[in-house]
Amino acid sequence: MSARADYMRPLNYRDGCIDMNHGGGGRVATQLIDELFRPAFDNDWLAAGNDAALLDIPAGERLVMATDGHVISPLEFPGGDIGSLAVHGTINDVAMLGAAPLYLSASFILEEGLLLSTLQRIVASMAEASEKAGVPVVTGDTKVVQRGKGDGVFISTTAVGSVPITRNIGGAQACVGDAIVVSGTMGDHGVAVMATRESLTFETSIESDSAALHTMIAQLFADLPVGAIHVLRDPTRGGLASALNEIARQSGVGMLLEEATIPVRQEVDAACELLGLDPLYVANEGKCIIVCRDDCADRIVQILRKHPLGSKAARIGSIIEDPHGFVQMNTDFGGRRIVDWMSGEPLPRIC
Amino acid sequence: MCLAIPALVVSVTDKEKAIVDLDGVRKQISTTLTPEAGVGDYVIVHVGYAIGMLDPDEAQQTLQLFGELVAMSESAR
Amino acid sequence: MKYIDEFRDGKIARKIATRIAYEVEDERMYRFMEFCGGHTHAIARYGITDLLPASVKMIHGPGCPVCVLPIGRIDQAIRLAMQENVMLCTYGDVMRVPASDGLSLLRARSQGADIRMVYSATDALELARQYPNREVVFLAIGFETTTPPTALIIRQAVTESLGNFSVLCNHVLTPSAITHILQSPVAGNSSSASIDGFVGPAHVSIVIGYRPYETFAREYRKPVVIAGFEPLDVMQSILMLVKQVNEQRYEVENEFTRAVDRDGNTAAQSVMNDVFRLRESFEWRGLGNVTHSALQVRNRYRTFDAEQRFSLTFNTVPDHRQCDCGAILRGVKQPTDCRLFARVCTPENPMGSCMVSSEGACAAHYSYGRFRDIAVVAEEA
Repeated sequence: MSARADYMRPLNYRDGCIDMNHGGGGRVATQLIDELFRPAFDNDWLAAGNDAALLDIPAGERLVMATDGHVISPLEFPGGDIGSLAVHGTINDVAMLGAAPLYLSASFILEEGLLLSTLQRIVASMAEASEKAGVPVVTGDTKVVQRGKGDGVFISTTAVGSVPITRNIGGAQACVGDAIVVSGTMGDHGVAVMATRESLTFETSIESDSAALHTMIAQLFADLPVGAIHVLRDPTRGGLASALNEIARQSGVGMLLEEATIPVRQEVDAACELLGLDPLYVANEGKCIIVCRDDCADRIVQILRKHPLGSKAARIGSIIEDPHGFVQMNTDFGGRRIVDWMSGEPLPRIC
Repeated sequence: MCLAIPALVVSVTDKEKAIVDLDGVRKQISTTLTPEAGVGDYVIVHVGYAIGMLDPDEAQQTLQLFGELVAMSESAR
Repeated sequence: MKYIDEFRDGKIARKIATRIAYEVEDERMYRFMEFCGGHTHAIARYGITDLLPASVKMIHGPGCPVCVLPIGRIDQAIRLAMQENVMLCTYGDVMRVPASDGLSLLRARSQGADIRMVYSATDALELARQYPNREVVFLAIGFETTTPPTALIIRQAVTESLGNFSVLCNHVLTPSAITHILQSPVAGNSSSASIDGFVGPAHVSIVIGYRPYETFAREYRKPVVIAGFEPLDVMQSILMLVKQVNEQRYEVENEFTRAVDRDGNTAAQSVMNDVFRLRESFEWRGLGNVTHSALQVRNRYRTFDAEQRFSLTFNTVPDHRQCDCGAILRGVKQPTDCRLFARVCTPENPMGSCMVSSEGACAAHYSYGRFRDIAVVAEEA
């Protein structure tokens, strides 16, 4: 009894793993794409089976491109996984220039030994995130590295989008007198991830806030006059503090924040207290900072609060003149301090 | 000098371990150094260990003392 | 957060501040040392200095175990970690301390040493269980608050007959350090450099009680107020110190009554006593050799003493010539007095330990307060 021509045993999701063949470019590698990636992302570009995608962009607009590498560990955490994070993160980068994200590419570096079931979950999660955001993954790549040379999987995504020629958003656009607004609570993502890491065993009801922000941002542009918004930035690694310091430096301005107005969930505060961390330095993956004309701040907060991702939006401070670029803060307690750049990785204190 | 915070004991698990709660965040800690700690007590937690108990009456008294100071300083004007 | 937020009330802080301003005598300076790094951090983070009258000066003491760890001890830990089969675990604060040859534990890790950060001593023990074929060493630092957990894991290792676990002990003691400061000849360029009183450590005192401070309050005639960790505790303690100075009392007073009593935690003390004994002398960064100020593992637990197990040697390594950490730790200079501060020495490029730990006087000032050193034009919208 001879085997059917071109017979391949279906991928073994029960206990199968990635091995070096999956990156080899041969039948086994093709099978991974045909059986797992392509059906998950399900669009004409991938169905065409080429190494690149032929794309259209709206006439008269400018092209925006962003790229992100994701090396997060653990791969899965409350509220998301490396896959959905990769989709949301790069979409948000494009959205931070006021652009509409149009297409995504995804490159996977898989470690030999990664469970196929884990990969399947991650890919399914990416596909769901991509579909919900309305931004298809039109091209991709897969490589495999030897066991020990990767953290399960690294994902790199690139997003392209388009922005109207009249729109000029960027970190250097903050003006003295502008308002600083955040779209919601700070520190959720970082704490959710730390709770999952092996060395921390506390249970919280905190989930990562990983989300695509472009539809919420599009609403702002739809409802506000041209020039109302000057800067958009998503406070990812290094948290709110780092993003604000970057903007201050790029724009050559200072900032004055009111600690009492910065939204932080009670449990995030408590978790940070337990860990010796400051929520202002903890990563967010579904929030943005908006620096805008002072007279538009209230309207912006109002619009954000009506959107599910912006229900806790708040004005937190103002741009001031300061050649030294300090981000200052009036503390809850009543004094003033600076919210400085973060040094290195946030290492929790014992003392 | 060391980062230690007061947390509420919500359950005592097996010998010398307990779960504490700080505003909804729960952590398992060791109670070897505070064997008297029980559910409903507040302990001071440092690097995963309860190093002492917090006395709620004393805490209240201290807060009251601050309040008296407030009254004193206002009457001193 | 209960028992935390109530002690951070800004309105009450301002009332206490008014009271302090009322109590301070004219024509008189008050110099208080807050021993504890946690208090240094709280003062900087909450801007307590802004609330004090100009005649009250806070001096930052050496109560930061990371800051007082000599370069030679980190070198020792790095040498150990570079040994092939060793897995070195320690608390996060220590990872960035600069040591010799441009190395730190973090940099040594990037060069291949297996160094892991742990949040709790029990995590180190867990690693030893998980990796029975590796030599797992816990680099233990900290004052008396952090010492009982280390003692407990050594005892646990005995119970479980763990053959691959040991502790590199760098635990230091508070009262000896305070005595040393009080005894050392006053140097530096501060004119009236004597200290009028101490804000005593919060959590160390939970463990050791406040009895140990009574001797030097008496002998050196300096008031000590044990202060809780929150900003209102610190302010209240400063008020109590001002009053003691005015009334010429030198007593040990306890502001942190909700957690501290005279005897301390006897269970914790007995565990420490069982596992550790006093070192004759120990080098403190910036203070030099201090007698009876540190602990080592007792003989009966010697298989768990990494220094003996690996026959480790210790070499003194001097600080950078222009680094003023020593004077700053003794309370004789301020961070801004140091020529390297904020010029070459920053949190990214720490030249000395006061800049590495966020509790160190220099790091705290740099991160929270240096904007006061520069005139800032603030145009409020």
